[in-house]
Amino acid sequence: MENNVQGRIHSIETFGSVDGPGIRFVIFVQGCAMRCQFCHNADTWDGSKGQLRTPESLVKQALRYRPYWGGEGGITVSGGEPLLQMDFLLELFRLAKKEGIHTAIDTAGQPFQDHGPWFEKFKALMQLTDLVISDIKIMDPAAHKKLTGVGNANIHKMLRTVSDLGVPLWIRQVLVPGVTDSPEGLKAERAFIDTLDTVEKVEVLPYHTMGAYKWEALGLHYPLAGIDPPTPEQVQAAEAILVPGKDKNSKQTA
Amino acid sequence: MSNAWRNFNGVLWQEDIDVRDFIQNNYKPYDGDESFLEGPTDATNELWNQVQALQKEERAKGGVLDCETEVVSGLTAYGPGYIGEGTKDLEKVVGLQTDKPLKRAFMPYGGYKMAKEAAETYGYHINPKYDQIFTEYHKTHNQAVFDAYTPEMRKARHAHIVTGLPDTYGRGRIVGDYRRIALYGVDALIEKKEKDKLNCGDGTMTDDIVRLREEITDQINALKGLKAMAEIYGYDISKPAENAREAVQWLYFGYLGAVKTQNGAAMSVGRISTFLDIYIERDLEEGTLTEKEAQELIDHLTMKFRMIKFARIPSYNDLFSGDPVWATLEMAGTGLDGRSMVTKNDFRFLHTLENMGPAPEPNLTVLYSPRLPEAFKRYAAKISITTSAIQYENDDVMKPFWGDDYSICCCVSATQTGKEMQFFGARANLAKALLYAINGGKDEKFTNKDGTPMQVGPEYAPITSDVLDYDEVVHKYDQMLDWLAGLYVNILNLIQYMHDKYYYEAEEMALIDTDVRRTFATGIAGFSHVVDSLSAIKYAKVTAIRNAYGVTTDFKIEGDFPRYGNDDPRADQIAVKLLHDFIDKIKTHHTYRNSEATTSILTITSNVVYGRATGALPDGRAAYTPFSPGASPSYGAEENGLLASLNSVAQVPYKYALDGISNTQTIHPDALGHDDAERQGKLVNVLDGYFSQGAHHLNVNVFGLDKLKDAMEHPEKPEYANFTIRVSGYAVKFIDLTREQQLDVIARNAHQIL
Repeated sequence: MENNVQGRIHSIETFGSVDGPGIRFVIFVQGCAMRCQFCHNADTWDGSKGQLRTPESLVKQALRYRPYWGGEGGITVSGGEPLLQMDFLLELFRLAKKEGIHTAIDTAGQPFQDHGPWFEKFKALMQLTDLVISDIKIMDPAAHKKLTGVGNANIHKMLRTVSDLGVPLWIRQVLVPGVTDSPEGLKAERAFIDTLDTVEKVEVLPYHTMGAYKWEALGLHYPLAGIDPPTPEQVQAAEAILVPGKDKNSKQTA
Repeated sequence: MSNAWRNFNGVLWQEDIDVRDFIQNNYKPYDGDESFLEGPTDATNELWNQVQALQKEERAKGGVLDCETEVVSGLTAYGPGYIGEGTKDLEKVVGLQTDKPLKRAFMPYGGYKMAKEAAETYGYHINPKYDQIFTEYHKTHNQAVFDAYTPEMRKARHAHIVTGLPDTYGRGRIVGDYRRIALYGVDALIEKKEKDKLNCGDGTMTDDIVRLREEITDQINALKGLKAMAEIYGYDISKPAENAREAVQWLYFGYLGAVKTQNGAAMSVGRISTFLDIYIERDLEEGTLTEKEAQELIDHLTMKFRMIKFARIPSYNDLFSGDPVWATLEMAGTGLDGRSMVTKNDFRFLHTLENMGPAPEPNLTVLYSPRLPEAFKRYAAKISITTSAIQYENDDVMKPFWGDDYSICCCVSATQTGKEMQFFGARANLAKALLYAINGGKDEKFTNKDGTPMQVGPEYAPITSDVLDYDEVVHKYDQMLDWLAGLYVNILNLIQYMHDKYYYEAEEMALIDTDVRRTFATGIAGFSHVVDSLSAIKYAKVTAIRNAYGVTTDFKIEGDFPRYGNDDPRADQIAVKLLHDFIDKIKTHHTYRNSEATTSILTITSNVVYGRATGALPDGRAAYTPFSPGASPSYGAEENGLLASLNSVAQVPYKYALDGISNTQTIHPDALGHDDAERQGKLVNVLDGYFSQGAHHLNVNVFGLDKLKDAMEHPEKPEYANFTIRVSGYAVKFIDLTREQQLDVIARNAHQIL
């Protein structure tokens, strides 16, 4: 194991309440290769920035919040894209599991490779991971490329692999009106989700504009300017298609 | 055995006054959920609608509905008063402060000028005959204090290095053990006090003995007055209460007597919930009361607490915004034997916030322990999320110091019920003291008539270097705090002496043991700013910017520094040391009546007033802007989220601030989770985590910034009429805050994470 590995960290949120079960110590890593138009953390893209932190120091810090976790909480690594810092993640989760901490990764899956040394590391990481949270963005490959700057074939492969390895999954869909809310697309996505065996939760997240200021601060043009968040009705309509248990004909229970 | 005590267990409490022993021998812990609760009765709805209509009228009239101008308040100053003449039979609990609901009494003994000014502010004119009575024939507390103040004290007061002193109003904070009236009846209490008087001294008339003999006599007279007051309403409270309804009524009469005779800053109710549950349980078992009727009793009692009002002057309202009375009332806690003291009645009191909607009073306080029953914790969390009206205090840290029958006597301060009283003493402005250390005792804001800076503190050598040196600042600050602690304690000694002499709380003290333990409650303002300022001087580069008189009025700060509120030991250790040093300095001084000195880090809403009087600080806080309230970290200092902030506050040891460490946090509902069950569970997790680390207090608000802004701009919307928020140590209706304070609350919440 690498002992000198460090992570590039954007920030810490000690009171994460939506990124995994219970109260989460959320580590936002720095660096992402995707350029999602609705990204609300655009300030985490640049992989050369951020503060270098050792896994030891982060676990030590996280343990200060264990009194708040009850039986549920733990550490979630979000970002940025955690899987771009594989060696760091491995060491971080190895130390976390030694302390009996619940571990979660919030990943978009873009760096996934299904072969070679990277894949070996990924499998090792999954041994140490209690939950993978992943955002599907959009099913259609061409639309995915347009919306995020990258294709989605390997992302789907990753989700399949996680499922095959028996690691629980939370699937998320950011609902951007006029962009990611077509019923056909959502139906296709649902069909894909239904092929995965370890999905515990499917969530529709209403797109919000609260990250837009970060684009401006970075001197970037915000591509979704002018698009309003979805109405509660639009969210319900999407949930009726996507979320097992919220659709009328569902036989599945999440 | 009296029939009133049928089916009660225990021996000690029957032989001598000992309410705690009665409770421990008779209460039934309840670990179920809230499903047994009942909604409001028609009578409750009818009466509460009337009160709400009156409150609306009160607001429309500028904050005061009616004001007494002829009658001096007292136990028997008025005939009976009811919410409405036609509905008096609906009132299960009777008794008003005056003859009409929400009418404010004339209470001149704390200070005649203030009582007069309070009335005049709202367009009422006190009968001029009282000018002569209360200046020529009878001195008031306020006059007496100012007669004795030294020039240095007056100057310190003027410059707000000490502020909020109870020299223009009643000191409050004394909780009579109102339960005693229900359990023993007034005659037995008189008998006990007569006995105490016989045993008071050996015949040698020292100052102490003379004073005590006079006080006991005043107490006996107050008890007799209390009986007469109850008779006006048709009740004989000389004997113990026979049932739950009488117990509630007897107890309320005790509290009513207190608020008829004292307009203290805090007039707390005390720990009554578990006590009353014993009576309710007995009636339920005997089949003489239904749950619906039990809830109605608690609703009506709570309604009466919601109606308590005092006439206040504008400068008082500035300090304590939103018309609070701190009718603080406790629930839950655990016994010394480890049993939970949660009863069904604790649910009933919380349920009043559902039956009658949110309200700031009574100041409902949950004495929290992670070991309380899960169902109760979840219900309290539910009520917090829907009303933002309750506060939590850590029973596990208070119990070792105060036992298992303490009450909260103001916003957050513990006092053993019936065994202690407290000398309340506002707070010292430690942030301004830091500027005095830098400026050699010269004030950064207040000037002499010729425009030169006012020399308020001792004329020590000021710091003359441009870049501030940590060791030099710490050394000079230490000296300045020595001065401040001494001056502050002596101001309070003087105030408490005069309060005892001219505005003695005979009715409340009659319900407390004669052999009373006294605490002397000092306090700190500007805590987080001093901590961050010292940290900035230590870890960043801070350059003093001086005016033409050489007084530092601003600072240039270069570089980063750790701030209190991020769970960073570098800053948090400065916080602990500051508190420890201050209480040590306080304790070196003689305190009035050999009371035990304590301190607190709580500021109520006075953080705005203190801030307004204090110049720029080395932590980057701009001149004359509000301080962070209580022990809460400074606005914008928190960079790692809620729990890091809570962990910092949890580092501050309660043992150094036995009068309380107040912390206020606002959480957006979405940040707690997606649905009600998740939100409740997570709030319980937060409370468990925070209090298991030894933290003392937490005000929990759950709402979004958008709601605050909308309420500020549209106070007329019906949904904001009862919109209650927790501020430092109490709850207020948001629309009753001044705009400055509303903006302060909004600024404090601007950083909240979604």
